[in-house]
Amino acid sequence: MADDRFPAPPGRLWWGLRVWWMTAAMWTRSALAYRTSFVLMTVGNLAITAMDFVIIAVMFHNIHSMGGWDFHQVAFLYATSSFAIGLADMLVGSIDALGNRIRQGTLDGIMVRPAPALAQMAADRFALRRLGRPLQATVILLWSLSGLRVQWTWDRMLMVPGLLVCGTAIFVALFVAGSCLQFWVADAAEVQNSFTFGGATMIQYPPTVFARELVAGAVFGIPLAFVNWLPALHILGQSDPLHLPAVLRFASPAAAALALAAAGLAWRAGLRAYRSTGS
Amino acid sequence: MALIEVDNVSRTFTVRSRKGRLRREKRQVNAVDGLTFQVAEGECVGYVGPNGAGKSTTVKMLTGILVPSGGRLRVAGVDPSRDRVRLAHRIGVVFGQRTTLWWDLPLRDSYEMARRIYRIPAGRFRANLDRCLELLDLGPLMDTPVRQLSLGQRMRGDIAAALLHDPQVLYLDEPTIGLDVVSRNRVRQFLREVNTERGTTVLLTTHDLTDIEQLCSRVMVIDHGRVVYDGGLEGLHAVGESERTLVVDLAEPCPPIAVEGARVVRVDGPRQWLAFPAARSAAPVVAAVAAGYPLVDLSVREPAIEDVISRMYAGEVAAPVRVG
Ligand SMILES: Nc1ncnc2c1ncn2[C@@H]1O[C@H](COP(=O)(O)OP(=O)(O)O)[C@@H](O)[C@H]1O
Ligand SMILES: [Mg+2]
Repeated sequence: MADDRFPAPPGRLWWGLRVWWMTAAMWTRSALAYRTSFVLMTVGNLAITAMDFVIIAVMFHNIHSMGGWDFHQVAFLYATSSFAIGLADMLVGSIDALGNRIRQGTLDGIMVRPAPALAQMAADRFALRRLGRPLQATVILLWSLSGLRVQWTWDRMLMVPGLLVCGTAIFVALFVAGSCLQFWVADAAEVQNSFTFGGATMIQYPPTVFARELVAGAVFGIPLAFVNWLPALHILGQSDPLHLPAVLRFASPAAAALALAAAGLAWRAGLRAYRSTGS
Repeated sequence: MALIEVDNVSRTFTVRSRKGRLRREKRQVNAVDGLTFQVAEGECVGYVGPNGAGKSTTVKMLTGILVPSGGRLRVAGVDPSRDRVRLAHRIGVVFGQRTTLWWDLPLRDSYEMARRIYRIPAGRFRANLDRCLELLDLGPLMDTPVRQLSLGQRMRGDIAAALLHDPQVLYLDEPTIGLDVVSRNRVRQFLREVNTERGTTVLLTTHDLTDIEQLCSRVMVIDHGRVVYDGGLEGLHAVGESERTLVVDLAEPCPPIAVEGARVVRVDGPRQWLAFPAARSAAPVVAAVAAGYPLVDLSVREPAIEDVISRMYAGEVAAPVRVG
């Protein structure tokens, strides 16, 4: 097909990112058509995410440590979890509207464009107001880092940004894979929400306050422990309630890569199972 | 090599329905069942059939939206569902029922987005857009948000959006449904121009026989997911033994008109309805009526595609027929 009417495709990943960006920009402009509600939603969103941390702060008003973790350490968990899910939610979170598109058959229009359907869906109904959560998390992370009693060796310093990137990637994979279920099960959006938002709330607290089975599930099942629990053990010098090999504390990049690959496969299988609607 | 090759393609859907309180029933629907046809570059094909015949399912498989359950499918040499994103550059799609335009944004923005997604060179984009705007009369609507457009305006907008990247094939799934006469005519004129001047291959699904008459040299009729007729429109009338209707207004109420080659099917005061074979000319019938009766006014009604097709079934047209 060496025909100048049909341009050669650019690199897949690069093109996917550009399509995401273009689609997100279009949705942002669409949202601005309703300016008032845009402002209200942004303010409301900030207030709700702020409440999350207020709850933890109130608890630490009465106790000095939670499962052996002090306030700054728990704030570190809170901030890293909140940042990762917040950013992932902003990047691909709207994919949970996939269910509607499947039921109404409007995925059709997305599938006939020369652009990856995943990139278009990830930015579907993109909402800039979701920036509120990662911003708030950044503020708390900075506060936490300033108060942690940690010997800042280079490996620990490198692990903080690495953890944010890998954690975001893991949540991106969970959003995508969870939404894919909707290709087969009509109302699977709740399942996805409980793994992503439910999981994010869980890893805001130290692993030591949970049952061992739950923590094991977050290591070997849904890989939430790799978002912050495991790397935080190394950064903060905490002990592992499961006594797992120390190498796992550095395994977040591998876990993130695996999760992304699995989510990508699930997405492709899902698209092939798409059946549109009769018309 | 034909541009579109469909070889023994089928598509089944599993439908679950509730039977009683607990019993659930699984049923297989063969939406498309052993479909075979080819379309050459530059053709304009009318794709018709009753509701649920499998027309939309065919279009969705040709665009790569649905994966066929069996058979072989090629468009411009590629397998649509495997190579969907690459194929998208070569095809344009318009779904009559739903728009792919950006709902809350001015029409202009949807086209600008198309330019970027299809990576259309600026000069070609400008030329194509100008042509579409002129022929579809969209110029004055460019700054109107899509949600404020009427159905006919939006449909014209959708058709323009599907053609900015110079597709080789244009699929239209019921593009004239629900449109007013003016929009309908504009759309038809435009599609004819696209097919004859630009050489774009067109596959058009419709319920309106006039669309086909004015645009397509070839009709494919499908029913229950199979091609039951493939050929010219004239042949379809012959095979379907369909009839046109001559409506005559007489100066005063008369007894049922008796002329050669037509029979009266209805009388209402001075107005009478005469049926005659669609494949034959209306002129001899009109002449005979004018000679023997006080004729005031007349009009000829084309047979509805549904009637033609249902007659084909009543007439037990079993195997696919290929006429000239
Ligand atoms: N997504 C779907 N799920 C279940 N059944 C479907 C689906 N799409 C189409 N069908 C069925 O397949 C048959 C053909 O549908 P369709 O291709 O939409 O017909 P047409 O466009 O000719 O009216 C119908 O019986 C329809 O109910
Ligand atoms: Mg249809």
